[in-house]
Amino acid sequence: MTGGGASLGLRDVAISFPHGPARIEALGGIDLAVGGGEIVSLIGPNGCGKSTLLRVIGGLLAPDRGAVSLDGDRVTGPDERVGLVFQEPRLLPWRSVADNVTYPLELAGWSRERADERRRVLLRAVGLESAAAARPTQLSGGMRQRAAIARALALEPRVLLLDEPFSALDALTRERFNVEMQKLHARTGTTIVLVTHSIPEAIFLGDRVVVLSPRPGRVVADLRIDLPRPRAWEALDEGIVSAAARRIRDHLGPADDQLPDALTPPDRRIHDLWVGE
Amino acid sequence: MIRASTAVPVVLALVVFVAAWKAIVVVGGYPPFILPPPESVAARFVDAWASGVIGPHAAATLVEIALGFAVGAGLALAVGYLLARSALAERLLSPYLVAAQATPILALAPLLALWFGPGLTSKVVICALIVFFPVAVATMVGIRSVDARLLELARSLRATRRQIVLTLEIPAALPNILGGMRVGVTLAVVGAIVGEWAGAERGLGVLVNLARGSLFDIPLMFATLVTIALVGVALYLVVVFVERRLVGVR
Repeated sequence: MTGGGASLGLRDVAISFPHGPARIEALGGIDLAVGGGEIVSLIGPNGCGKSTLLRVIGGLLAPDRGAVSLDGDRVTGPDERVGLVFQEPRLLPWRSVADNVTYPLELAGWSRERADERRRVLLRAVGLESAAAARPTQLSGGMRQRAAIARALALEPRVLLLDEPFSALDALTRERFNVEMQKLHARTGTTIVLVTHSIPEAIFLGDRVVVLSPRPGRVVADLRIDLPRPRAWEALDEGIVSAAARRIRDHLGPADDQLPDALTPPDRRIHDLWVGE
Repeated sequence: MIRASTAVPVVLALVVFVAAWKAIVVVGGYPPFILPPPESVAARFVDAWASGVIGPHAAATLVEIALGFAVGAGLALAVGYLLARSALAERLLSPYLVAAQATPILALAPLLALWFGPGLTSKVVICALIVFFPVAVATMVGIRSVDARLLELARSLRATRRQIVLTLEIPAALPNILGGMRVGVTLAVVGAIVGEWAGAERGLGVLVNLARGSLFDIPLMFATLVTIALVGVALYLVVVFVERRLVGVR
């Protein structure tokens, strides 16, 4: 599972969506460069267009303006070099775990023998060998997301786009997944763009944390996280982490719908998930 | 296989049905040409099958049903898909489809018999027509309800249109489609019999007419009705079996 990471270049990417008679500007001109093998965490308030941006990078949405390049090639549609993991596992419920994992190979026209071999490697990589024959409904949420990750890795992508992939998992599972994702990255060297709501997750995984503004999304901060790798949750440099978290939160700014603390509803996830300090 | 816990109530229900039938004959004192007792229908059923009275008619009807169902369900799959994915097609076609469905097949059958003659073709057309609607609607609903997130996934994996149809949309819509086919296959039996009534040389519908008319063999008529019911049940079970095989594991 090597191949290294591809670089990404975003130049003035803007996109809007029809909304009644008007249009809503979701992204207002994003410039971003991601080096090969780098991990970039994208963070921003709800509705800032993080997921939209990820879809533009993945070639699922065409920007109104600007362009995305992948290793210098202009992105015009979904690319074989890019693997996507969504917030939900999106497994086909009528297929076994193994057949879900090899679905991309089937679509790409791989021979049965080649796909069989790859299947074994993929299932081992995410620790699902024993669940190969199971149906998605028989798995826990964490195992389903593992299968989704294995599927995204099937074609040895050089860029992984992760759209809040761990947000439906409980806190402990989520931390474990972050560690495993880091290991996987160390092994494959894949470029990773991670959309997340969680400041700790953004810092733990990211070489950089890019903060987007509320809609229309623009880059308001691009912070380098100078923590040595491999990182471990229990041995992170508290000083660096809390300084980075403070800066991220400064840039996220007080939301315009900010409520007094006592009234903060549970879905203000960015504030609530950060249990450090 | 079939467990005793499911078999016992089924057998019991059959016993109650036959006993009630017998009781009505005895208590009501009906003559055999109005309501023959179950044992004489059973005897005639066995005898008519053994002597080859019913067999050829049943075979003719089964061929009509099989061909009509295949044609009707096949077209319905294609049209149902089109209706689900093209708003224009739905606006253009659905009034005609609903109108065709609202016109009783009994009223159409004589016309179709006139057009396509007393042979196999007119029955196949009638069967196909009656099977079409439930399968087309079920396909449309099934295809429409395919999770858009799965479609986005397939697109991100650079699936072609054909791959999306075959590996995603049809499997996802299969429970709906087979539900429509359950309804369709029983209607196909109705279609075949109605078609035969409108003019035919062979078939269970013809035999019902013969038994009541020129033969005046009411037990044979009942034996034929039992055969028709059994054909319907058997075909329904075939669809259920296919459904179990294809989607039961989900």
